[in-house]
Amino acid sequence: MPLSPKASLEGIDFRKLGLKVGLEIHQQLATRHKLFCSCPVELVEEGPEDVFPRRLRPTRSEIGEVDVAALFEWRKGRVYEYHAPRAASCLVEADEEPPHEINREALVIALAVAKALHAKPVDEVHVMRKIVIDGSNTTGFQRTAIVALGGYVTLSSGKRVGIQTICVEEDAARKIGEEGVRVKYKLDRLGIPLIEVSTAPDLETPEEAQEAAYLIGQLFRLTGRVRRGIGTIRQDLNVSIKGGAKVEIKGVQRLDLIAKVVAYEALRQYRLLQIRDELRSRGVKPEDLDNVEIVDVTDVFRGTKSRVIRRALSRGGRVLAVKLPGFHGILGVEVQPGRRFGTELADYARFWGGVGGLFHTDELPAYGITSEEVEKLYEKLGARKGWDAIVIVADEERKARKALEAVVERAKQALIGVPRETRAALEDGTTRYMRPQPGAARMYPETDIPPFEITEDVLKEAEALVPEPPEKKLEKLKSYGLSDELAQQVLRDIHLDLIEKLIEEFRGRVPATLIASTFTNILRSLRHEGVDVEAIPEHAYRELFSMIAEGRLAKDAIPDVLKFLAENPGSNVSEAIEKLGLGGVSLEEVEREVEKILDQLEGELREKGERIFGKVMGRVMAKYRGRVEGRVVAEIVKRRIRERLEKLGVGKR
Amino acid sequence: MSETYLGYSGELAKVLRELGVGVGDRVRVVKPDGSVYEGLLMPRYALSSRPIIVLKLDNGYNIGVRYEPGTRIELVEKRRVVVGGRVTVPLLEESPPPGPKPRVYIIGAGGTIASKIEYETGAVRAAMSPEEIVEAVPEIAFVADVGAGVLFNILSENMTPEHWEKIVDEVAKKIEAGYDGIVVTHGTDTMAYTAAALAFALRGLPVPVVLVGAQRSSDRPSSDAAFNLHAAVLTAARAPFAEVVVVMHGETGDTYALAHRGVKVRKMHTSRRDAFQSINALPLAKIWPSEGRIEVIDNSFRKRGEEELRVENGFERRVALVKYYPGMSSEIIDFLVDRGYRGIVLEGTGLGHVGEWLVDSIRRAVEEGVVVVMTSQCLFGRVNMNVYTTGRKLLAAGVIPGEDMLPEVAFVKLSWVLAHTSSPEEAKKLMLTNLAGEINPRHTVNLYPRWPHEG
Ligand SMILES: [Zn+2]
Repeated sequence: MPLSPKASLEGIDFRKLGLKVGLEIHQQLATRHKLFCSCPVELVEEGPEDVFPRRLRPTRSEIGEVDVAALFEWRKGRVYEYHAPRAASCLVEADEEPPHEINREALVIALAVAKALHAKPVDEVHVMRKIVIDGSNTTGFQRTAIVALGGYVTLSSGKRVGIQTICVEEDAARKIGEEGVRVKYKLDRLGIPLIEVSTAPDLETPEEAQEAAYLIGQLFRLTGRVRRGIGTIRQDLNVSIKGGAKVEIKGVQRLDLIAKVVAYEALRQYRLLQIRDELRSRGVKPEDLDNVEIVDVTDVFRGTKSRVIRRALSRGGRVLAVKLPGFHGILGVEVQPGRRFGTELADYARFWGGVGGLFHTDELPAYGITSEEVEKLYEKLGARKGWDAIVIVADEERKARKALEAVVERAKQALIGVPRETRAALEDGTTRYMRPQPGAARMYPETDIPPFEITEDVLKEAEALVPEPPEKKLEKLKSYGLSDELAQQVLRDIHLDLIEKLIEEFRGRVPATLIASTFTNILRSLRHEGVDVEAIPEHAYRELFSMIAEGRLAKDAIPDVLKFLAENPGSNVSEAIEKLGLGGVSLEEVEREVEKILDQLEGELREKGERIFGKVMGRVMAKYRGRVEGRVVAEIVKRRIRERLEKLGVGKR
Repeated sequence: MSETYLGYSGELAKVLRELGVGVGDRVRVVKPDGSVYEGLLMPRYALSSRPIIVLKLDNGYNIGVRYEPGTRIELVEKRRVVVGGRVTVPLLEESPPPGPKPRVYIIGAGGTIASKIEYETGAVRAAMSPEEIVEAVPEIAFVADVGAGVLFNILSENMTPEHWEKIVDEVAKKIEAGYDGIVVTHGTDTMAYTAAALAFALRGLPVPVVLVGAQRSSDRPSSDAAFNLHAAVLTAARAPFAEVVVVMHGETGDTYALAHRGVKVRKMHTSRRDAFQSINALPLAKIWPSEGRIEVIDNSFRKRGEEELRVENGFERRVALVKYYPGMSSEIIDFLVDRGYRGIVLEGTGLGHVGEWLVDSIRRAVEEGVVVVMTSQCLFGRVNMNVYTTGRKLLAAGVIPGEDMLPEVAFVKLSWVLAHTSSPEEAKKLMLTNLAGEINPRHTVNLYPRWPHEG
């Protein structure tokens, strides 16, 4: 069967493909301070900061090994520019002071989660250094420690998914920019405690993976001790299919994307195997790629119309090309919707060569490159049209050469199958090559931090935080007067603990249903509108509901107030009310307005009697929506209509 | 209890020893509740007597498993040692260009500049052969032809005047062997003392002698060791000055290093990379290792190759450095005198004072031939004992004002001076003579750092 150029999930049976997925779920904890220092757990956008550049050097193991990706970054002259906000980082994050002892609070929260997942705590926690040289840790390693082993989570189907480890680790610095060899990181996020739960590769469908991630995330929230908002929970996935390879996918930030990312990765591996089979059936062998020559084809492109190439040449660059024997058509084959095999090659060129991208003959002529130029390329490389593919890169000669060497290496892999890679998740559920997977886990003890013995006292403290099982929580939510549907929604909401706190706090003053639906409905639709509702601080909700409880704000005004708060960080509800022109309407004013409208509608009133209510109500509310409760207006309107009708002697019919 | 085995103590040490298990052996621990843990046995680093076995699991993590009554430990497999097959990927792709380069000798006297991690056990091994150093910091081969050797490897805090003397002899030997510059790797805690010792003992120095260390250990990717070593070798190879200097990070970022005069430098921070600072003087130069550039700041230095080396080695051990504190008892001075100490450096308050009740004891010390030198706890600024009465009394008692010398430098200098003269008069003259740049007669306004006071 010929290889179709389009990649589609249609007709894919994941169980037949032998899909296996393991999850690593990371959740930031809401502790009083960071994992290894006394800095607050918060991200800051303003205020003074100190900036300094550093480099990270690959370390060598006893037998002389170095991490290739790390070595590669270092050779490139990679410089990390750290921005250290004084409000949320100290010398520990700057790698200028040894770490303090591990945060007991974080361990206690992790132990509570461990208990809920039926895992077994270790007797003593040992902090390890895991080498990570992308600059996101100033030290060059991430500090991480196992807190518990084993356990399981039960899916709705009754299937038990094994838990392998429960760790506590430090979050990495956040990347804020990149310019040439300089990568910029901000140190506020570095050191925020994370809990990491790793499942066994027991998940066999994209839906199972998504459900397991959801259940574990919910468990985190049920402790009431985790941070909320974008980026506070991150999922890494390990995905493989039969005959494929265990591929790591980093940084899936949205839960609802997991099923898609898993499905697309299974598809990608499946397509790569199809590509391999196609190449094999063409008789292409890995050795064919051993001695391919990288050729300077700059002459072909003197006077080219391609803007990309012209720009590279004007900067003193060259155009280099390489022939991939027997690869004609393959580079245009999709491995995921919208991602062709050529895109995979381009990722390698970008990573290993630091170039902007590449062109290949499966997509040419195009982009200003003419068919004559393509013709000349085939001629110059001694390539066969309709059989070989040619890849070209225009850049600084050294970079272009490195890029094409990486392309050849990746092409060779295509004849073997699926390379073991670390990939980054993209917004649309597809993934891109990030770096090769590090060989053996490079871990060694963090000797600056003493081991922490898990004593009976610590376990007792954790006991108090063990989250209630979801079924029990659901019952509790319903006991507040929430419908089953609303209670279910609250249970899934990331604000679960806050909603519950507010319901308790405003019991008897603000209906639980209103509080719950503010989060499950109003916030949700605001988020859909693109409003950054994560920017609203917890105390703002408290202020909002107090105003409602006191009758100083109508519930209709909630969406506008929340929108204002999200768009004006640092503002409060009173300001919102003032700026939005809400509130401040006296009942006398409403009475006067109702009278005025009834004057205008006198004829109609005589004619229709009480049926005019809706029309009057509509006009009054149009003027005061959000500033006064509809229920109050309705009473006034009803009373005034009755009074007038009595006066007119129309009476009741 | 004192019987330990691989860091384990008590019953657990006994059990492990009887089993004959070593670090890296695969063991299985079965607890009374039936739970089973399997992994490689790790040594116990923590100084803890808790009966907890440390295992490295297959995922690379270490955990501690409590050894309680009824716990069984079994040896599963002895450690498999990987033999041969040293695969070494060079850090740099380029090789240094051929042609003659300055010759620099690196003396290992502590402080690990290069090390390797055994990921299996977490053990960190110092690497100090020339090959290993060049393999770890290949940049230095572009700057100099490097020779290297370990003199000793001790913790900085365990350094003694005996070690200073050994380093002086070794440096002298290598200078006589024709090296163009010497680098001494050293732990940072007492590096400034050693620098001062070398500065006094190596008279007529013809080449730079550079002390270097690391504030972050070299087993981590963020270590400052390679940057500092690169800067140190560059200084030793090409600096125009022939002085004993300390070369360490100039600021927290990996930008430039500073070459501080060995008699004017002090470790001013417990942990920062830029802990070393010149006090009462400017550093001699800024060193930009990545650009291979040396930017001279202070031109008043002894030039390279102008003099001939005269080694005057030896340090008197009966010298004490005494920090004055409110209420200090005169017994402390009396004790030193009675024990035959020949020199006392006082670290007094402000311009150079101690409680006036000490004056009698100090006078007695001087009368007994003890050389007493006054320095200041302020560190910044000069001692002046003419301004207040107590100062004048101390001068009258025979205390030598130590000018703007750092207390530690005055201590090292007095130790050296007293090893070379038995006359208190001669000692006094030498203490007041600027021998190696330790006295700066002119303090300009900019020599005092501005401390932060804005939020
Ligand atoms: Zn901090």
